[in-house]
This record gives sequence, C-alpha cells and structure tokens, in this order.
Amino acid sequence: MPPTTRHLLGLEGTSREQLITVLDLAREFRAVSQRRIKKVPTLRGITVVLFFVEPSTRTRLSFEVAAKRLSADTLSFTASRSSLKKGETLLDTAQNLMAMRPDIIVIRHSAPGAPHLLSRHVEAAIVNAGDGAHEHPTQGLLDMFTMREHKGELDGLVVAVVGDILHSRVARSNIHGLTTMGARVRVAGPRTMLPLMLERLGVTCHDRIEPAIEGADVVMMLRIQKERMGSELFPSEREYSRVFGLDARKLELAKPDAIVMHPGPMNRGVEITPDVADSGRSVILEQVENGVAVRMAVLYLTSAHLIEGNGMETTPGAGVGP
Amino acid sequence: MAEIRLVERRKLLDADGVEAKVFELAEQIAAHASKNPVGLVGIQTGGVHLARRILERLEAMGLEKPHQGVLDITLYRDDIFLGLQQPLVRRTDIPFEVSGTDVILVDDVLYTGRTVRAALDALVDFGRPRAIKLAVLVDRGLREYPIQADWKGMTVDTIASETVQVELTEMDAATDRVVVYERDD
Repeated sequence: MPPTTRHLLGLEGTSREQLITVLDLAREFRAVSQRRIKKVPTLRGITVVLFFVEPSTRTRLSFEVAAKRLSADTLSFTASRSSLKKGETLLDTAQNLMAMRPDIIVIRHSAPGAPHLLSRHVEAAIVNAGDGAHEHPTQGLLDMFTMREHKGELDGLVVAVVGDILHSRVARSNIHGLTTMGARVRVAGPRTMLPLMLERLGVTCHDRIEPAIEGADVVMMLRIQKERMGSELFPSEREYSRVFGLDARKLELAKPDAIVMHPGPMNRGVEITPDVADSGRSVILEQVENGVAVRMAVLYLTSAHLIEGNGMETTPGAGVGP
Repeated sequence: MAEIRLVERRKLLDADGVEAKVFELAEQIAAHASKNPVGLVGIQTGGVHLARRILERLEAMGLEKPHQGVLDITLYRDDIFLGLQQPLVRRTDIPFEVSGTDVILVDDVLYTGRTVRAALDALVDFGRPRAIKLAVLVDRGLREYPIQADWKGMTVDTIASETVQVELTEMDAATDRVVVYERDD
C-alpha cells in the first residue's frame, strides 16, 4: 500500500501506518455512499478490470460499486466466460487484458500467489481480491474497519476467529492486520483445520470454541465449506454445529458488548444460529456496507501511487492555493 | 520527494489585523444574511476555522445562528495526485439542506481559483443552492480560473514562487498572522 508500494497483495508486511491510512480514509469514503449523489469524480479516466478467475459475486459487486462511486470505468472478466477455460495461461490472459490499458487489475484466483505473479509481469496496479487459501486483504481491512467503528481502537482488542482456519484467506488476512494493529487474536477450530505454527504469528490456538470466545470483544465466525464435509478433515455438519457453531448460549461467554461478525455467505444453522445472526450483536450487514468504503479507499490509494509512479511532473505547491 | 524550504518574506497581518478582517467579513455577511437564509461552509482546513470565527461574530451581533458545514475538496481536485505524496481526505459534513439556501463558501486564501472550482462541484452534489457566494480572508491574485470573491478581507500582489499562509491558533500557530513565504530553491 502507498506510499511505499503500488499494489495491495496482502496484509502481511503492511505497516501499522499504512493500515491506519486506509482505515481513516475509508471513513470519509463511507460518507460519500451516504450522500444523495453517491459519487465523486476522483478516478475519472481510470480503468479498473475485475479479473475474477474464481466464482465470487459479492466481492466483485463490492469492488464494482466502489470503482463506480469514484467515477472509474470497470470491466468485468469472469472465468466461466473466459478463455482460461480454453487453456490460455494466466499470464497470457493478463497480457491480453493489458491491451485494454487498465490502470488497476482486481484479481480473484484460486491459486495462492496469482496476484503476486501478475504484479511482476504487468504494468497495472494489482489488488488481491482473494488468492486461494492465502489472503483476502480487503476483507481483512473491512473487518478491521468494522471493529474500529464499534470498539474504537484495535489495540488490545480480543478477537476470536472460529472455523476452518487452515483454508481461510479471511482468517489469514485478519491475523496479519489485527496483530500489526496490536489486537489479541485467538483462533478456534477442529485440529484438522488449525494450521501448524500459527502461534508464531502471535495467535493463540484452541481446539474448542469456548476458551476462544470467553471475554472476547469480537467473535468472527468463518464459513464452513460444505464441499469439505464428509472428508477426513471434517466431522458431520451436526457435530460441527454442536461443537463449533455459535449460538446464544455460547455467545454469553464473550463480553456483554461483543460484536458478531461473518464474512458471508452464511450457512445458517451450521456455523451460526439464525437468532445470533439476526441479533443486535450481529454486524454482518454493516460489514458488507463497509466493504464498499474500504475498497474505495484501496482503489483511491492505489491510483495515487499509480499516477505518481508514471513519472508525471510533480511540482509541490504549484497549481492550487496553500 | 525533496523537501521544500520556505523563507519568510513579509507579514501581511498580525493577530489584531486578522481579528479586524474577520469582523469586516462578518459584517458584510450579516448584511446579506438579513435578506436571505444562509449557510456557512468552510473549506478544509483553514476555511473551516475562519468560518467558525465568522459564525461567532455573527452570533455576537445577535444574528440568528446560520447553518454551518465543512467541505473537503480533495476528491474533486483536478490535480489530485500531482505533487501530493499522500492525498489525505478530510471530513465533509454539510448537515443542512443546501437547496434553496445561499451557501457562503469560506476559504483563507484565494489564489488560482482551482480550489473554489472543486468546491463548487462538490457543493452541487449536495443539492441546488439558491446562490453560492465566496468569502476569503486574502486574495493573492494570479487567478487561473474565472473566479472572484464576493467578500474579501484584503488583496495583495504576489508572485507564483511565493506562498501566502494564514496561520491561526486553531492550527497550532503561536499567534494569528498572515505571512508571505517564498520557496528557497
């Protein structure tokens, strides 16, 4: 992230100052979405390609709305209709996209590191919209933004993340971002879904949900991917729900003012009961709204760097008054 | 980006001078506000403090408190990414209905006119004001756009290598003053 790098590939290695810059900016961008005319002319002439090589509706829509509210032009390129199915390589496809002269490529891909690969081979700024089980930085940012809006500072906040930690890019981005900001992160899930060496990142691991959410300020439930059920990793849906699902009784262990989060889409009755998901403690729909604001901030900052990086004349103090 | 050194050249106003000019602006705005409903909108950041001071004056004059708001024009600039390492976006908050109101934009220094151009664009996204007026503390000339102030504290001749700064105690200045600096390069 600016001012030091032009891409947003992950929250790992992103500094505290950079995170604060994005989170502060997102607050002003959220205000834009609340106006009668929900649009500012800031990114006129900037082209954003939404390059989604893995199915995703909500993240793509969120980026698209974010780009449009900044007056950027968007092109959508989704895998189901693309030539990738015909055997073209990722880089070949990307080079073809570059012929349309995009300024920013937002990429979702099932392969970890795909955005990084792209960033080394194309001119455009790259924003990672989820790469396999690796990172989903804008989700991490919007989660942190939502926590900050409710809890003030992230420093010292106790955040419990519950579910399939091993396969979760959402968990990974949150862990990197939150620990950088001084929050205390606990994770919980079946042992088969807890990666080794997580403790090295400053995270506490639990194989039961109760100790993780006890006294927590934030309880973040992850989506259980039903396609993984029945494999050796996974007990039955009913057993998972009983042991790791969040219901009103378990939530009582958390702080009385704890908020409940979920990156969506939810499996009601599996990782979260409907009464908790729809309760006053749930901020799940706010997360969706905040996602647009955070993505506006990311596109804005990426563009700022992009234009500077193009070697345009920069004459400080010229042009506009003091 | 190399740091720019500014050398102080001349002082235009001291604290008493700033106070007198704010008073004059407030009197002129009061005359207008007696005829039409007005809303004072300060442009971030210097204009916000000036607008607040003018508002205090208006209240001291016994005027019914006009609407007030703050406007950040960063997202509407035409030079947004030129020469700004980190284009900060500050708060915009216009908590009144601008349609039908005479909006009085307040800024500290009027220079090229580009800031005001951006402010006009930003403002009309909030509604359709009956009129938009411009009040500035200092008009330093060198306009690049056809924009003029309706009310101004003072006019001063400057050259492009100079910077006019309105330093107010609200912005951590030791004392209120208006100073001309020159770039030392």
